Amino acid sequence: MLDKNGIAKRIAKEIKDGYYVNLGIGIPTLVANFIPQGINVVLQSENGLLGMGPFPFEGEEDADLINAGKQTITTLPGSSIFDSAMSFGMIRSQKIDLTILGAMEVSENGDIANWKIPGKMVKGMGGAMDLVASAKNIIVAMQHVNKAGESKLLPKCSLPLTGVNCIRKVVTELAVLDILPEGGFRLVERAPGVSVDYIKQATAGKLFADENAPEMILN
Amino acid sequence: MINKVVAGADEAISDIKNGSTLMLGGFGLCGIPENCIAALVRKGVKELTCISNNAGVDDFGIGLMLQQHQVKKMISSYVGENAEFERQLLSGELEVELIPQGTLATRCMAAGYGMPAIFTPAGVGTEVAEGKETRNFNGKDYLMEYAFDADFALVKAWKGDTAGNLIFRSTSRNFNPVMAMAGKITIAEVEELVEPGVLDPDHIHTPGVYVHRIFQGANYEKRIEQRTVRPRN
Repeated sequence: MLDKNGIAKRIAKEIKDGYYVNLGIGIPTLVANFIPQGINVVLQSENGLLGMGPFPFEGEEDADLINAGKQTITTLPGSSIFDSAMSFGMIRSQKIDLTILGAMEVSENGDIANWKIPGKMVKGMGGAMDLVASAKNIIVAMQHVNKAGESKLLPKCSLPLTGVNCIRKVVTELAVLDILPEGGFRLVERAPGVSVDYIKQATAGKLFADENAPEMILN
Repeated sequence: MINKVVAGADEAISDIKNGSTLMLGGFGLCGIPENCIAALVRKGVKELTCISNNAGVDDFGIGLMLQQHQVKKMISSYVGENAEFERQLLSGELEVELIPQGTLATRCMAAGYGMPAIFTPAGVGTEVAEGKETRNFNGKDYLMEYAFDADFALVKAWKGDTAGNLIFRSTSRNFNPVMAMAGKITIAEVEELVEPGVLDPDHIHTPGVYVHRIFQGANYEKRIEQRTVRPRN
């Protein structure tokens, strides 16, 4: 079973040289720490920055320079800054190669819910609806089951949707799964030490699982 | 050059009335019009509709206006950092319209470009789409979203000149330029106000034609929401 850093590490293997990547808040932010050496990747922050650098050294924080999670960050040589309309312009026109975001629920036909729990939590969708409606390649980083032990990979989402039929890959603490164009999760890799049966039990949506699905290689 | 300078925030916002619709620039607390917000709190205008990506935090930004119950309706994309906001929302005191962030930015842009509406795929198939016209272009569905109609836009820039030309600094640019273009009356507060000719015309982000009033702000707090650092080796 993977921890949050393990999920981030596995997702980082999906990033290719030359990609422009948008990382959501939470586990997706950790992916930046595991981008393979020797490949050139530009991180987009949708508040208006391409070429997001690491956190600043203590004492060098700049209140005018933050990422979409409102964290103080830095720029890099080659960074650029723009307004919010242009930021979502490059998202809608598919200039961003890969979007990685978190989810509360994902369904077997690729629907995603991650912005609202009616009556309980009203935080808003931020840029998530724009990202999932336009991105050509979206990976969801999430926990396979919730705190009550219930699957978050469902036949149909129960929470208000963020986007419809848009997710193609999910990475959880248990597995890497593709979502098939005709519907259903396909087990691609197991997390170290996790059995196919365990993944079957933790997946409420339709699952196509080869008994010989390989274990992931993280390093 | 037409002189757009007013004495300060109180004069700049003097004709904002109860029930006005305002746009407020900024992302989180980054690039917010701090001086104008303070002046609105002093003036005590109420029943405001505020279009802003976020709603501040409990004790800063738009949160200060929420404390005084000055806001009737918020139109935002993300409001997760404000407990007083959530309390007013769940108790029904405050009306909220949550919209996708790109839709928010592009509805501002449309207003500033003189276009009545835009088509966006964001929100198709979700509750955001309820009651909205959907059109199919090249096999994909899009929602029609209207340009915003705001009485005033309140923006914060780094430098500006007396003719209203603005330059923003770093990611405090965010929604400010598109909101500056979208207000019927746009009020810009700047950290440094200079004479015409000081700013290079090639470096202007917002041309002065979009700005109706400008003043040099004071005592910028520039509060940081998430102070994240890395250790020195």
